[in-house]
Amino acid sequence: MKSSFSIRAVALVAVAAVLGLTACSAGSSTSSGSSPAGEQKLTIGLVAEPASLDFTTTDGAAIPQALLGNVYETLVKQDDSGKMVPSLAKSWTVSPDRKTYTFDLVDKAKFTNGKPFTASDAVFSINRVKTAWTTSLKAAMDVVASAKALSPTQLQVTLAKPSNDWLFRMTTRIGAMFSESGVSALATDPVGTGPYRFSKWNRGDSIVMDRNDAYWGTKPFFQEITLKYFKDPTALNNALLTGTINVISTVQAPEALSQFTSNDKYQVIEGTTNGEVLLSFNNSRPFFKDLRTRQAIRMAIDHKALLDTCWAGRGKLIGSMVPPTDPWYEDLTGIAPFDLAKAKSMLQASGAAGKTLRLRLPTLPYATSCGQVVKSQLEQAGLKVVIDQLEFPAAWLTTVFKNADYDMSIIAHVEPRDLGAVFNPKYYTRYDDPTLQGYLAAADAGDGAAQIDNMKKAARRLSEQAAGDWLFLLPNLMVADKDIKGLPTNAITENFDLSELSR
Amino acid sequence: MILRLIERTGVFLASLAVSSVLVFAFMVVLPGDPARVALGVNASDEAVAELRRQFGLDRPLATQYFDWLGGLLHGDLGTSYISKVAIGSQVFDRLQVTLWLVIAGMIIALVVAVPAGTLMAARHRHVSGLALSAVSQLGVAVPAFLAGILLIVVFAVKLGWLPANGWTPPAQDPQMFLKQLILPALALGLVQGAVLTRYVRSAVLDVLREDYLRTARAKGLRPFQALWRHGLRNAAAPVVTVLGLQLATLLIGAVVVERVFVIPGLGSLLLDGVSNRDLLLVQDVVMVLVIAVLLVNYIVDLMYVALDPRLRTGAR
Repeated sequence: MKSSFSIRAVALVAVAAVLGLTACSAGSSTSSGSSPAGEQKLTIGLVAEPASLDFTTTDGAAIPQALLGNVYETLVKQDDSGKMVPSLAKSWTVSPDRKTYTFDLVDKAKFTNGKPFTASDAVFSINRVKTAWTTSLKAAMDVVASAKALSPTQLQVTLAKPSNDWLFRMTTRIGAMFSESGVSALATDPVGTGPYRFSKWNRGDSIVMDRNDAYWGTKPFFQEITLKYFKDPTALNNALLTGTINVISTVQAPEALSQFTSNDKYQVIEGTTNGEVLLSFNNSRPFFKDLRTRQAIRMAIDHKALLDTCWAGRGKLIGSMVPPTDPWYEDLTGIAPFDLAKAKSMLQASGAAGKTLRLRLPTLPYATSCGQVVKSQLEQAGLKVVIDQLEFPAAWLTTVFKNADYDMSIIAHVEPRDLGAVFNPKYYTRYDDPTLQGYLAAADAGDGAAQIDNMKKAARRLSEQAAGDWLFLLPNLMVADKDIKGLPTNAITENFDLSELSR
Repeated sequence: MILRLIERTGVFLASLAVSSVLVFAFMVVLPGDPARVALGVNASDEAVAELRRQFGLDRPLATQYFDWLGGLLHGDLGTSYISKVAIGSQVFDRLQVTLWLVIAGMIIALVVAVPAGTLMAARHRHVSGLALSAVSQLGVAVPAFLAGILLIVVFAVKLGWLPANGWTPPAQDPQMFLKQLILPALALGLVQGAVLTRYVRSAVLDVLREDYLRTARAKGLRPFQALWRHGLRNAAAPVVTVLGLQLATLLIGAVVVERVFVIPGLGSLLLDGVSNRDLLLVQDVVMVLVIAVLLVNYIVDLMYVALDPRLRTGAR
C-alpha cells in the first residue's frame, strides 16, 4: 500500500506544480492603456501588419494605414465627410485652363530628421514618384508635366492635361512628402513631417509611434500609440475584452459584435468605407456578352437577405461603384431590384439557363461567407455555380487578377474613387465600354459641376449595363473603450488618423 | 558503437541534403508570384519582370538552389524580398520566442505525463487508473489550438487571471513574460502530455511484467522501489524516442498556437512569409524547422544508444 501511495504523491505534486504555475499570477491586472499622469498611451488592434514600411515599393493597405497622416503628410487631405481640406498646403489655386496648380505651403513644418519642409522637398517627392516608385499606384502621377519651387513656401505643378483626379490622388500615399535626406531606408526608418514619429517595430507583433513634439500643427493627445496586429478575429476581440488593447480598428466578424454592444465599457462605431464588395463578372467571356444574362444575375440576388446572412446585416446596399461619401453618390439599388421570376425568364431568353459558372473566391471572410449565398441564390434562378477557394492574396492575384481565369469572383475594392480603374478593359473585369470611358474622361477634365454630373452618369451606366453586381458596401465597424474620443465614423481614407484621438 | 554513430550521422546528413532539395522544389511550385504580391493589383508586367530580376528569380533554378545552399552553409540566410531585412536575424529573434514556448510546453508535458503514466500503469486495474486513462484519452483527442481557445475563454476572458494573448521578452518584463507564457505553454504541453502519458503507461506496464522486476520484488523490494531502481531506466528508452518525435510535433504545434495567442514566433513569421510570398524567408524558416526536427531525431538515436547498453556492443 505504501508504494502506491508514493506514486500517487508524485502525481499530486506534478498536478499541484502545474496549477501553482497558473495560480501564482492570478488576480493581477493585465490592462495596458493609460499609465501614470502625463504619459498618455493607447493601443489599437489592427488586422493586417505591413510587410515593409516602404509604400513606394511595396503595395498593400497596411503601410499607408499606419504611416500616412501620422508619420508622412500630404499637401491636401480628405476629411471624414470626403471634403478636400488643407494639410501641408495652407491653400491652393487652379489656373483657368485647369492645368496649373499653385500651392502655398506652411512655413514651420519640419521633418523628424531636423530638416525644414520646403517647396523643393515637395518637388523632390512629386518627381520621385515617377523615378523611384515601383508600385502601380505611381501611374496617377503620370499626368504631371512639371513641378517647380517658386519660393521656399510656394509650389507650382503643371499638368499635361486637366485632371480633377490628380488633386484627389495627392491626398493618398502618392502625395506623401519626403525629405531628400530621409529616403535612404524607407523600409525600416520612415522620415516625415507628421504628428507622430516612427519609434519601434516589433515584427509580427506591433508598431510603436511616439508623439512628434516638434510638430508644426496641433500636437496630438497621446504620447505613445501602439498599433498591434492580429491575424485572428477572435484574438483581436479577446484582446479588447481583456484590456490588452483599447480599440478594435475593424471588426472582422460582425456576428461577434453583440458581446460588445451589451457591455457598458465599450462604444461601437458604425459608418461607411470605400470598400465596394463586388461580384465581378469576367466580361470577356462569351457567357457575359448578353446584357440580359448580366441583368438577370443582378436581379436573382436578394441583396438584403444576402447582407443579413453573410455580414450580420451590417453594411450598406449601394447598387453601383460609388460609396455615399463621394460627391456623386446616388442610391442606385432600384436599377436591378430583386425579382426571381423575371431573372429566371431572362436567363431562359438569353439561353444562359442551366449553364455552369465558376465562382473563384479569395480566402477572405466576407468573400467565403457571401459566396455561398450567391451560389444558392443563383442556383434558384437556374444557373449552376461551382465555388473554388483561392488563397489570398498570392493565388487569387495570379489566377483571377492577372490571368483573368474566372467567370465570377467576389472582392471588396477598397481604393477610393476606383470606378474607372476597376471597369476597364485591361483590368480583370475586362469591361470594355467606350461610353463609360467617355463619361470618365469628361469628369476628369471638367470643372467641379461637370465632374459630378459625369461621374453620376458613369455610375448609372455601370449599373444599367450590369458590368458586375455590387453586393454591399463594407461597413466601418469599430469597437473601443468608452472614453476614447476622436475615432472616425467613416473609414474613407487610406490612413488611420491617430492625431485626432484623445481620452 | 562507432559504426552505429557513423551510420546515424550519415543518415542525418543525407536526410538534410534531400530535404533541402524538397524544400526548394516546393517553393518553386508554390502558386503565386512574390513580385506581383509586392507590387500589388495594378502592376504592369514589365514592373513585375523587373522586380523578379531584382529578386534573382530569373536565374536558372540550379543556380538559385546552389546559391541558397552555399549561403546556408556559410550561415547566410539572405535578405527578405519584402521587408529588406536580413533573414538570419529575424529567424534568430523568432526562434528564441518559439523555443521558450516549446521548452515550457515540453516541461509541462513531462511533468504531467511521467507521474500520470506511471500511476496509470501501477494502478491499471483500479478505478483511479481507469479514470486517469479516460482523461488522457480526452487530452489526446483535443488539438492544441482548441485547448488554447478554451484556456483563453476560461482564464483570460471569463476569469481575467491571465492575458488572452501577446508576448513580452523575458528581459523586458519577466513577470509579464511568465504570465503570457502560461496559457500557450499549457495549450501545447497538456495536449502533448496526454499523448505522452499513454506511452509512459504502456512502457511502464511492459516493464512491470518483466521477470527481473519480479526478481527484484522477490529480493524484498517494495513495488515502487523495484520500479524506481530497475524499471524506469528500461521504460525510458521507448519514451525517449516518442519524446523526440513529440518535440517535432511541439515545434509544428507551436506554429498554430502562436497564431491563436498572437505570439511573434517562428510560426507567425512562416505564415506571414507564405502569405506575402516572401519565398526566400519561407524557404529558410522551413529549412530551419527541418534541421531542428532532424537534429532532434539524431540526438534521440544517440540517446537510445546511451540508454540501452545492448546497442553499444553492436548486438541488435
